[in-house]
Amino acid sequence: MNRKLISYLLGALLFLLLFAARPVQQDHPQDHTSTTPDSELNSTENLTESPDAHDAHVNAEEGFSPSNFIFDHILDSYDWHILSYKDFHLSIPLPVILYSETKGLNVFMFNKFHHGHSDYRGFRYETHGENRHKIMEIMEDGSTVLPKLDLSFTKNVLAILISIILLLLVFLSVAKAYTRRPNQAPTGLQNLMEPIILFIRDDIAKPSIGEHKYRKFMPYLLTIFFFIWFNNMLGLIPIFPGGANVTGSITVTMVLALFTFGVTTLNGNRNYWQHIFNMPGVPWWIKVPIPLMPVIEIIGMLTKPFVLMVRLFANITAGHIIVLGFFSLIFIFGQMSPGLGYGVSVLSLAFTIFMSMLELLVALIQAYVFTLLSAIYLGMATEEHH
Amino acid sequence: MSTLMVILEAALGTLGAALGAGITVVGASIGIGRIGSTAMEAIARQPEAAGDIRSNMIVAAALIEGAAFFAIVVCLLILFMAPAAG
Repeated sequence: MNRKLISYLLGALLFLLLFAARPVQQDHPQDHTSTTPDSELNSTENLTESPDAHDAHVNAEEGFSPSNFIFDHILDSYDWHILSYKDFHLSIPLPVILYSETKGLNVFMFNKFHHGHSDYRGFRYETHGENRHKIMEIMEDGSTVLPKLDLSFTKNVLAILISIILLLLVFLSVAKAYTRRPNQAPTGLQNLMEPIILFIRDDIAKPSIGEHKYRKFMPYLLTIFFFIWFNNMLGLIPIFPGGANVTGSITVTMVLALFTFGVTTLNGNRNYWQHIFNMPGVPWWIKVPIPLMPVIEIIGMLTKPFVLMVRLFANITAGHIIVLGFFSLIFIFGQMSPGLGYGVSVLSLAFTIFMSMLELLVALIQAYVFTLLSAIYLGMATEEHH
Repeated sequence: MSTLMVILEAALGTLGAALGAGITVVGASIGIGRIGSTAMEAIARQPEAAGDIRSNMIVAAALIEGAAFFAIVVCLLILFMAPAAG
């Protein structure tokens, strides 16, 4: 099958996923109803359930809460909310995978919880209180605890899969073009990717790692760069399949930083470890009997991935919060009077467009800085004695 | 006096977080401003090196912003995670 057919099929799959979205209708608030626990432990319900009625997300009486609005868009969630129009909400429910000590493995779709209004199989989705947006397990005495393991297929997971599919589409086709037409001028997507890949090779990898060793690390650096860049950009698109805050989730950036840490540690040569534990050129009495220098070096070794993690997370999340804050201004003013809301919306939209342009730049710069620093750390780990 | 103490206790965390964020922005702006000004001077001295200078300037600014974001993260933690502060 050629590339075009695959990309059309995947586009159709994503479009069909949109039909998995379940509309939720407004109804009067109901009390918490607990359903009798199922005897089967492992059934995944199919998606042809009829839409169930429950409360709207934003109660008309409560008004607009900017912090709820912002945090709903920043944080991960168990379903992908697509749009709301007055009282009509459309969202794609995602599988919930829980393992608890007493109830075993449970896999079901998120819409069983009806957004917190019913319990299901002894679990409850909290919408208020300190355990907001978490799934709690109901023990025999009525108290709620967190289940032992929550491996749910959340919005971030689906967004990562979407960006992986996009990455594979782009790069497999570019690679195939290079093998099918060797030593010819680039065409099509190659024209876009080639300068960027060469930039990473000539300006990031070669100066930092050195002429002889950079080839071994090029796949890793390229993967990191494009993964972070594509996820940053997809986070700026407001509608499905974009719009999930992947790189603004500290767990994702922690994993990326751990990858860099792992690759540098596994490729550290004798010089690297000697510099950490037995730094040459310093007096002996700060290494023995109290190993002051090794402790400082180890702390330095651990802070580097930590800083990588926090830098990417904070940059992307701060950008999203700023854009969402400008949008909330419209609703805050609109609550005071509709005319004021419309008036502010022009100004707010202008600022939001400007901030989004800045966010596009930040998306690229953060990917570049992450890759550059990873390359520098790799270079420091593999450099020869001079 | 005691009402003042009660009010102060309740809001001290928020006050600290807000002041911290403000002071951090001052520090980051001073740093990035200095980078920008020296980069402009260097480009004025040698216009053909503008590309190199520009990329190095952006890298240094991103690193300084990283440090500033540390402080932002600490302030957000105070605001949303501290048990007594609001």
